[in-house]
Amino acid sequence: MSVEAREKRQPWILLSPALVAVTLLLLVPLLFIVVYSFWLRSAVGPDIQGFHPDNWQRALTDPFYRYILLNTLKIAAITTFFCALLGYPAAYFITRSSGNKLILLLLLMLPFWISYIIRTMSWINILGSSGALNTLLISTGVTSSPIQMLYNEATVILGLVHFLLPFMVLNIYVSLDGIDTNLEDAATSLGATRWQAFSQVTLPLSLPGLAAGGLLCFVLGAGTYITPLILGGPRDAMFANLVFEAIITQLNWPMGSALSLLLLLVLGALVAIYNRFLGMSQLTKGLG
Amino acid sequence: MDNTKRYERLLERYRNGDLDRRSFLGLIGAAGVAYGVQTPFAKMAFAQDVTQVRFDGWGGVVSEAFRRHAFDPYTAATGITVVDGTFSGGDEYLAQVRSSQEGEYNIAHLSGVFDYARYVNFGLDVELNLDNIPNMELVMDALTNAFRGITPDHLSAVPYNYGTTGLAYNRAYISDEEIREKGASILIDPEYQGKIGGWSDWRTRLWYAALQTGQSPNDIQDMEAAWDAIRTHRDLALKYWGSGAELMSLLAEEEIYVTEGWSGRIAALQEQGHDIGYYDAPNSFGWQECLFVIKGSPVEACEELLNFMLAPETSIAVAEGQNYPPALDGTKVDLGEKIPTLPAYDPTGTLESLTFADPVYWNGNEAEWSETFARVQRGF
Repeated sequence: MSVEAREKRQPWILLSPALVAVTLLLLVPLLFIVVYSFWLRSAVGPDIQGFHPDNWQRALTDPFYRYILLNTLKIAAITTFFCALLGYPAAYFITRSSGNKLILLLLLMLPFWISYIIRTMSWINILGSSGALNTLLISTGVTSSPIQMLYNEATVILGLVHFLLPFMVLNIYVSLDGIDTNLEDAATSLGATRWQAFSQVTLPLSLPGLAAGGLLCFVLGAGTYITPLILGGPRDAMFANLVFEAIITQLNWPMGSALSLLLLLVLGALVAIYNRFLGMSQLTKGLG
Repeated sequence: MDNTKRYERLLERYRNGDLDRRSFLGLIGAAGVAYGVQTPFAKMAFAQDVTQVRFDGWGGVVSEAFRRHAFDPYTAATGITVVDGTFSGGDEYLAQVRSSQEGEYNIAHLSGVFDYARYVNFGLDVELNLDNIPNMELVMDALTNAFRGITPDHLSAVPYNYGTTGLAYNRAYISDEEIREKGASILIDPEYQGKIGGWSDWRTRLWYAALQTGQSPNDIQDMEAAWDAIRTHRDLALKYWGSGAELMSLLAEEEIYVTEGWSGRIAALQEQGHDIGYYDAPNSFGWQECLFVIKGSPVEACEELLNFMLAPETSIAVAEGQNYPPALDGTKVDLGEKIPTLPAYDPTGTLESLTFADPVYWNGNEAEWSETFARVQRGF
């Protein structure tokens, strides 16, 4: 075998374990879900096999699914907005801090050491009728009876921001850290104010990081179902909750498959748009 | 019976002189030949060497009671380990079982007749040999008959306990008189807006909607009125709870003042000192739980465990631990002092005072109603 041919084969040999894993653990199961989505649920007993577009027809035309999907995207968008609002100053502060950067980054990673469910449930102890905040408000005389703060859409968004904020901060931090600080100094030496230097030099240069963090927060937020389950009221649900209910509660695996693929397609389309305009490299930088 | 036990019994007969040496060696040799001939299936035969049985239940105090009073003594007596898992709901568990390999799940503490019918419909049942479960004689006929209505020629489960889903209320805010006067309608009383809870289970929601609209839960004629009652409850409720732990937390923390609740969990709250009342309104939701043996399980080992679990001393200890009356007939077995005081306990052994769901009626409408409930819950 020639050296050229061997060099051509080498990447494939090195990639083969990963390719096998991705094929067996991701593509094949995904194919099962695609096949399942064209089956039909029977009233009792096993599902009806075959090629039936009914589930897809319902998923795409039923106003109920459209409403929940749009509501899910709305909640994910609001969450992403707040993550950006809170995450940017935090990332900026970490980037500009001199000696304690590592400690600050470690603090940022600390929440990942605790289960996401525990972190979400902690809000019940903070915002509940006999939680920390109500106890404080009552003991300081601000209110005489507990304020109902839990189990609504606002607490769902709060829980999601709590969960996703570190992803946003890390992505913005990576972006900010790569910007030469001399650029801001150069801008101010040319007459710009500190704010102008930030808004016209640093902010535009850090936008790819902000966009990468935004994409991660949006996709993760739109795919969650635990947060509305724990912190939401009777009406609060996101699209993933419908998938869970279709598969687990209603035992309607075909419909659940169609719904999960629909969510995957919508979020996949967003990732594709992001990739078209900003490229995936920024995202991998943030994750790395 | 596994191969080891067969060999031990053969050896015992030989040692006792019931079997001559020639026959003993001949039988051992024949067993060896048989094993060799069916080599391709040896792996399957080896699987019959039961070393463990998996049990799945509701967790919490129920699991603790099973572990302490049933599983550990069973393991000590038989050498078979009981691996116990938990699930938060019967629907979720059925989804797991359906996507598993046969034999992966063995015994489950299922919600009586609903799940029994569903598992049978999915072909997940086995045929139990009741001769291997002599303690079944102590179980109330009323509970067993419900299963025989679904599988007349065999049983795949034994009844284990029963209870009700009645009204649980905080006595500091709602009096015993008020709950008796309003009954199930208290759950749609605007006076308690924001302080009402409810189980997210579609069956329970519809059952209570039937009571709130003056209909029979096992024969709802005006479905639209029932869905409207669910809508009203949804708009007044603070939270749909999803587990016993969440139910107890919501009541104990006074997030809600009234909800329907599981009798055993409310009894546990009362034991902890919370002033929570419990009331079974007329036609309150009665249910039973069973120990279901799932297809592919080592049936004999499971039967042995079931018999052990149904033994009065075990059954009573578990019942006292989980606060649900056992399936044992109080007219046949002395159930001690605590069990007759538990909510929903029926001293007659007939269970005529409780209303159980008709599995044919409810399971027949499951596909449509569970989906409609998902929509109604979200504002549709």
